[in-house]
Amino acid sequence: MILATINNVIDRIRGRTLAFFSTGNQLWRRIALFFAVVGPGIITSNVDNDAGGIATYTQAGSAYGYTMLWSLVPMTIALYVTMEMCARMGVITGKGLSDLIREEFGFRSTFFVMIVGFLVDLGNVVAEFAGVAASAEIFGVSKYIAVPLAAVLVWVLVLKGSYRQVELVFLIACIFYLTYLFSAIFSRPDWLLATRMTVIPSIHLDTGYLITLTALVGTTIAPWQFFYLQAGFVEKKVGPRQYPQARLDVLFGSISCMVIVFFIIICTAATLHASGLTSISDAGEAAKALAPLAGKWAALTFAFGLLNASLFAATILPLSTAHVICEGMGFEAGIDHKFREAPAFYWLYTILILVGGGIVLLPNAPLWKIFIFSQVGNGIWLPIVTIFILLLVNRKDLMGDYTNTLTFNIIAWITAVAMIVLTFVLVGQGVLQWVKGSPG
Amino acid sequence: MLFATELVGAAAYDAQSHFVGRVREFFVEPAEQPNRISHFLISRGRFQPLVARYDQVTKIAPGRIDLNVSERALDAYKPNEAWLAVQKDLLDQQIIDTAGRKVVRVNDVDLAELRANSHVELRIAQVDVGLPGAMRRLLQGIAPSALIHKLQGKLPQRSIRWEFVNLIEPDPLRRVKLRITHEKLEDLHPADLAEMMEELSAAERQGIIASLDEETAAQVLAELDERLTTQIVEKLDPEKAADILEEMPPDAAADLLADLPKETSEELLEEMPNLEAEEVRELLSYSPSTAGGMMNTEFAYVSEASPREEVLDWLRKQDFNLDQLDTIVLVDPHAQFSGTVSIARMLLAATDQLMSDLKTDPLVSITPDASEKDVFELFDKYNLRMLTVIDEDKRPIGTVTVDDVVSRLVNA
Repeated sequence: MILATINNVIDRIRGRTLAFFSTGNQLWRRIALFFAVVGPGIITSNVDNDAGGIATYTQAGSAYGYTMLWSLVPMTIALYVTMEMCARMGVITGKGLSDLIREEFGFRSTFFVMIVGFLVDLGNVVAEFAGVAASAEIFGVSKYIAVPLAAVLVWVLVLKGSYRQVELVFLIACIFYLTYLFSAIFSRPDWLLATRMTVIPSIHLDTGYLITLTALVGTTIAPWQFFYLQAGFVEKKVGPRQYPQARLDVLFGSISCMVIVFFIIICTAATLHASGLTSISDAGEAAKALAPLAGKWAALTFAFGLLNASLFAATILPLSTAHVICEGMGFEAGIDHKFREAPAFYWLYTILILVGGGIVLLPNAPLWKIFIFSQVGNGIWLPIVTIFILLLVNRKDLMGDYTNTLTFNIIAWITAVAMIVLTFVLVGQGVLQWVKGSPG
Repeated sequence: MLFATELVGAAAYDAQSHFVGRVREFFVEPAEQPNRISHFLISRGRFQPLVARYDQVTKIAPGRIDLNVSERALDAYKPNEAWLAVQKDLLDQQIIDTAGRKVVRVNDVDLAELRANSHVELRIAQVDVGLPGAMRRLLQGIAPSALIHKLQGKLPQRSIRWEFVNLIEPDPLRRVKLRITHEKLEDLHPADLAEMMEELSAAERQGIIASLDEETAAQVLAELDERLTTQIVEKLDPEKAADILEEMPPDAAADLLADLPKETSEELLEEMPNLEAEEVRELLSYSPSTAGGMMNTEFAYVSEASPREEVLDWLRKQDFNLDQLDTIVLVDPHAQFSGTVSIARMLLAATDQLMSDLKTDPLVSITPDASEKDVFELFDKYNLRMLTVIDEDKRPIGTVTVDDVVSRLVNA
């Protein structure tokens, strides 16, 4: 299974790191303990910066410059608070989120959550393949070649590749997120201003600003990552004793995710926004516009980052979606089963990739409508899942002494309510667009 | 055949055909009868819920049950830990299918009607883990039942007969009250059981290990992922943990203890009998990635001057794991390592042949501080099944077997 694969990657690094550190002093030993658990938090957060996310960050940076950077701090907190609860549930109960929902809330709730989740994730997979198409175009490759190639690659990599091949690819994918650091450096931003704008909030009350801000939050916190994160810790067999390290992993993941967002926003702010290109709506467009402003390298690293993020998410999303659904419904899941043994799993996986990739290739595909549809689905999905999480994590019989403290509950509920309100605003905005019949 | 889904929310009528309330839960009392629905919980909105006993029911149909007593004859409901609740403890929960050797999730429960003199009993026939059950759960009360019946005939069936169902109850007290035994699990191969346990929650794993006998528990722990093993052993009562460790081969016990915090492993070693504890302590002193860390100190060794027949007689009296024993270590009069003999050679040899005549060529051995990589290379080069580890006086102190090598290579 994909999670096992990723865990293998981390385990290999960990094995070496442990060997290196195990003879050291107390500090090194602590670091070694951390490396034994690290993984799910960082990988989940990384995949979170997918094609759809990068498009939103680009929009935010190009339209409003540095003025949205301050929102990254509360967003990091929100991301951490929600992900930490899932990590804790995984570590303490040893069960996935869909398992727990099924056991505690019954079949129908689970089915509903899974169906909505499937549709939302399908929308996301379309966005990933659209990201592949956009970045391929910048490298001068037709999307009719790039997208099928990517779909086949994703399929073959996961279904036919050996663990070692897959783990190598994921390892490289994680590192490649750093290309955005280079995009940012190449675009010579005003670092001082960027830092100041991150620390000091500057809220503007015009509609466009608020909508973009809402989208920023909406793309950062998505329910699928809760499922994925929790499953990650379960498959890594992290136990209560390693909970402090698991929490650290989530913290590190939340922060590193936001650091990448920070780089993308300042890159586009320093170039596109500074030159008056404020109506850029997708990442491909942004990469193209970067070339004359900040040079070929800024554009290429930006496009490469997009390709990498899209491929990475296009690999992980369909697999984790199929896995989570089968887990909740009680079907056999995992790539160690044959097609005949786990037909539901393989069909879900195949449909997600085929339909996701296929839609992008349709001439005049109404992509923005699909994204709005997926956003609406997210608006339904997120509140339900978040409330389920909050109910589950406070159950004494499941969590024992690890339920939320009062303070944590207050922060978590405020976060949940804020997220839910923002998502509803986004849904309303999307529906409005739909009615008007035009994007943006 | 009735399904639990069709009976949830069923209206209950008493002997005078007065509406009593709605059925919200069914219970089995395993101590009395392992598959009979013994009690029906009837809720009446804001009034106290009542319980109908199995012999108070005369007719059962989807959506309706009829009682043979009046409402006043029913008892008030009091929670009872010795009752298994079909909805709460069974539906949507994971169970172990002992016949299919896997962990599955229950979608629905199939009930058979059994007509007695003046009442109707329901017996759990099988649990549904397939699509028909899932479909019923989804559509019951939404779609007309004719449609549901039509659909379920078309879907592939997957169900498990009740006698092959092994429930998992993490709470030991309740487990005793419910009479859940894991005898059937003890008959499974430890590796199969270990694999199934990986799919369960931490509490459930703990529950299963706690209820297995020490020998089976030891075998299962030896097969389980080491990260889970340490979690389980840490939470066990130290005395029980020590008993299980005693049953394990010393090398497996040492591997397990090496992953535990120092205080815990010390505590467990204190609990173990001195001889075993000493052996394990010695193994613990070797680094895990050396031949010493891989070796097992329990092995068969005989004098090279013994005749084959004598060795066979001796082996018969020993308590070796015969499925694992395939090579015998030979020592010379100075108790130094002098060679190995494979069981196959012994099998074909003449009765009075000396062990020294049956020796395998060439003489290969390794020191405990050699790295695991050296061990792998020797196994590869000489196609070994077993490698003898010797100390500085050339005395055999343990053996590394091919299964140790395979599991290291797989987990590398």
